[in-house]
Parts: sequence; C-alpha cells; structure tokens
Amino acid sequence: MSFLNHLINGISLGSIYAIIALGYTMVYGIAKMLNFAHGDVIMVGGYMCFCATTYLGWPPIAGVLLAVVVCTVLGVVIERLAYKPLRMAPSLAVLITAIGVSYFLQNAALLIWGSSTKSFTSVVGGDPIQLFGGQLTITRVTIVTVLACVVIMVALTLFTGKSKMGTAMRAVSEDKGAAQLMGINVNTTISLTFAIGSGLAAIAGVLLCSAYPTLLPTTGSMPGIKAFTAAVFGGIGSIPGALLGGILLGVIEIFAKAYISTQLSDAIVFAVLIIVLLVKPDGLLGKHVSEKV
Amino acid sequence: MAMLEVKDINVFYGLIHALRDVSFEVNEGEVVALIGANGAGKTTTLHTITGLLPSKGGTVTFEGKDITKKPGHEIVRLGMSHVPEGRRVFAGLTVRENLKMGAYTRPKSEVEASLADVYKRFPRLEERKNQPAGTLSGGEQQMLAMGRALMAKPRILLLDEPSMGLSPLFVGEVFKIIQEVSAAGTTVLLVEQNAKKALSIADRAYVLETGKIVKTGKASDLLNDDAIKKAYLGE
Ligand SMILES: Nc1ncnc2c1ncn2[C@@H]1O[C@H](COP(=O)(O)OP(=O)(O)OP(=O)(O)O)[C@@H](O)[C@H]1O
Ligand SMILES: [Mg+2]
Repeated sequence: MSFLNHLINGISLGSIYAIIALGYTMVYGIAKMLNFAHGDVIMVGGYMCFCATTYLGWPPIAGVLLAVVVCTVLGVVIERLAYKPLRMAPSLAVLITAIGVSYFLQNAALLIWGSSTKSFTSVVGGDPIQLFGGQLTITRVTIVTVLACVVIMVALTLFTGKSKMGTAMRAVSEDKGAAQLMGINVNTTISLTFAIGSGLAAIAGVLLCSAYPTLLPTTGSMPGIKAFTAAVFGGIGSIPGALLGGILLGVIEIFAKAYISTQLSDAIVFAVLIIVLLVKPDGLLGKHVSEKV
Repeated sequence: MAMLEVKDINVFYGLIHALRDVSFEVNEGEVVALIGANGAGKTTTLHTITGLLPSKGGTVTFEGKDITKKPGHEIVRLGMSHVPEGRRVFAGLTVRENLKMGAYTRPKSEVEASLADVYKRFPRLEERKNQPAGTLSGGEQQMLAMGRALMAKPRILLLDEPSMGLSPLFVGEVFKIIQEVSAAGTTVLLVEQNAKKALSIADRAYVLETGKIVKTGKASDLLNDDAIKKAYLGE
C-alpha cells in the first residue's frame, strides 16, 4: 500500500512540475529563449494568494484568482521590459537578462515580505480521504492538483491544436517572418504566450504551497529548475512532453526519496535526465519535423 | 497613378548598402518582372515593400496609401500578399492549416469559400490537406505557398523566385498558374532568376544590378536586348 501512496504523491508533485514545465516549453517554442525567471513567478503567485487569504481574509478562490491575474500581468510586463528589447540580441545576452530578472524578483520579494518563512494555508480545505480501511490516505490537495493538471493539459492542447490563435502561435514558433506576412501580430502572440505561461505558474505556485506549506522568496527556484528539467526531459517545445516529463520527474523524485535516499533524490533525478538525454538528445517526445529544402 | 509605387528606397544590412535609390512602379493589372543576378537585391526589395525590412528614406505607396512605416502584419490586410523566397511554409502545420493561416486577416465566413477556390486551382493540395506541410515535395510546397498567399484574396501578389529548385514540368505549371492568377485580375510583381520565362509572361520588367535599377522597359523589348541576352538569358 505504501507503494501506491508514493505513486500518488509522485503523480501529484509531477502534476505541479508539468504545469510549470508548460510555461517553459511554450515560451521556448515561441521566443526560443529560456525564461529563467519563470520559477520566481511561481513564488509571486504563492505570496499573492497568501496575502489575499491571510492578510485580507479573502476566500481561497479569490486568492487564486488574484495570483493568476497578477502573475499574468507580471509575465507580460517582464517580456515587454526585459526581453522584447533583446529580440535580435545573442541568446547568451537574453539568458543573462533572464537570470537578472530572476534575482530581481527574489530580492523584491525579500524586501516586501522579509526573509522569514510564511506558513501557507492550503486553498483546498477538508480532511484527507481514507481508502482501504485507512491504509491509503489521499489529501484533497492531491486530487485537486491532478485534476487541475488534466484540465489545463486538455484545454491547452485544444487551444494550440484547434483554435485560430493557437494555430497562429504554432506558425509564429516556426517562422516569425512568414507568420507576419500572413497578418499575424508576432509581438501580441509572444505576449499571449508569456501571459498563459505566467498565469499557469500562478496556479502551480498556489498548488505547490498548498501541498508544501512554506513560503519564502526562494520557494520558486528549485521547483522552477526541476520543471525546466522536466520540459527538457519530455522534449522542449512539446506540450505532451511537458506532461510526460513532469509526471515522470515527480514520480522518480518521490520514489528515490522513499526507497533510496532523501539526500540523494535530486541527484538521482538529474542522473536520470542525463541518461535520457544521452540516448534521446531531443527528449522523450522531442519534435522531429521533417523538412524538405 | 500606379498601384504600387516604390520611390528611392535605401536598405542597409549593417554597413552593407543593399539597395540604392531603388524606384519602380507596378500598374493595376500588370505582370511586372524584377530580374537580376544572385545578390542583386531582389529579395531585399520585396522584404522592404512588405515590411519585413525597414527602408532608410524613400517611400512605398500602395493604392495611394504610404505604407513605408506600416508594421509588417498590417500590410496583408491592405490587399498585398507576398510569397517569400524558399516558400517558407509552416512545416509542422497541415496543408489545410497553412492555407487557413493565409486567410488569417479575413472574416471566418469567407474562409471556406476561398479554401474551395484554392483546392480547385491546386487539386494536389486537397489530396494532401491533412498532411504536415513539411512532408510535401518542393514543388508541392511551392503550390502551397502560392495557395496560402491567394487565401488572403490579394489585389497584388508578390512572388519571390517561385520556380527555384523545381523540375521543368513544375516550372511550367507555376508560370501557368501565375498567368491564370493575372488573368483573374490580380496584379503581379514577379522576382525571378529564370529571366527568360519571367520576361515571356511579363508586361514590363526592371533589371536590378548590385542594388540599383539599371534598365527598364517592355518585357518583349528586353527579351531582344543584346546586353540582357548576354547577361541574363545565356545566349
Ligand atoms: N541578412 C543579411 N545580412 C547581411 N547581408 C545580407 C542579408 N541578406 C541579404 N544580404 C546581402 O544583400 C544583398 C542583396 O541580397 P538579396 O537577398 O536581396 O539578393 P537577391 O537578389 O534576392 O539574390 P538571390 O537571387 O540569390 O536570391 C546581397 O549582397 C546579400 O549578401
Ligand atoms: Mg532572393
């Protein structure tokens, strides 16, 4: 029974990684850049929800909405101010800027909320669910997290696969110049991508803090790095890849913690990543578009 | 007044002065060819017209409107479509999705009818409508690029080397389609390496040499011009 428990915990943690990984993968697909500050947007989402529910006494759902709105705007503003002027710059300059934005967000949070740990009240109340006469315990956050991940994946797959705006997004990710000739506004499309990715980061932040209720200015960085790893693991640029990579990473991490060693779990996660990339450099579901010239 | 008027445009790539005071015009209903050797600046000219590159000084006027500073994505809305060099179809999108992207700026209600028109002109695209564009042959990709541009219902069509890399059979097909499009009332600005073919279907032509227009005239006259024959027709 403990095996099943670990599996469920792994899938739950992996769902959070998957939601974060989506942001990395979509932004990479469109802007061809690694948005290093993505993890810190998660942390901002956590603080927003925390302030709304703890200081202002808002209901949890209002806190989640506030987090989503603030992070969506934050993502768009970051892109406009920090990345857009570098559209033509070498990718190293963009990467360094993204790291700068990441430090900026962490230090701004330190200034506003201080360095002490805030204890986050889960947005999902209620007692855990007992199954098999109490042998298997599932918290309600776990269920909400997995459900949220499924809903987001289905919605995003339909959006990019079927809608006009989503198709335009894929066109921009392939060829910005040709997309522009079709009448697609490339800047708006890039903003929209950052908006979606950052809104999802807010949801991930709230779910993460609900499952692991400590909030610090650095809360977003480790999950951010792991989710980035998950995106690469699944094949960066691919939406199903983000899901697969996220879930696998979560499950491997929890199993490593449970059966091998808590201290070594992260090392094991990254070792698996390295092995996968050695065998499949594009990641598990990496895109291989055949092109004729 | 000409439909498309390009006046004294100058374009730079860093320090390279790629276009020098290029001026020409295209009248409504004409097929105008722009010919020149590799690196003469033909692609640069088209990119400047459709807003992919900025011009330093000079103006581009389309149907009386100054479009020199217009953002690139707004130009297709005005009735100008550009089939870029190297086709640049969206390889990961299906044929049908590519065509629908061509109609991005048009009302939803008109898209299906245009799709049917394009399929009628290019039956092969309909056979392959659910296939990713990247899996098409070079010739089929050219058809797709042309079909995609026609989905915008342009009044002027800019074509950049549509015959590049195609077998003689496909080249003939491409030129036949250009003539059909022109006969249906669309004005055409055609950039070509294949000067002989281009001049044989064009009304007028301009010759571009290292960033400058060096000659212009009726296409039939240029076909018999000794200097042109020597430099571009390989005779
Ligand atoms: N992105 C670029 N950066 C620097 N120089 C460029 C760039 N694109 C074109 N050039 C230069 O500008 C000049 C004109 O190029 P352009 O592509 O317009 O020529 P073209 O007439 O279309 O040639 P081709 O027939 O080979 O397509 C060339 O000298 C080319 O080297
Ligand atoms: Mg060219």
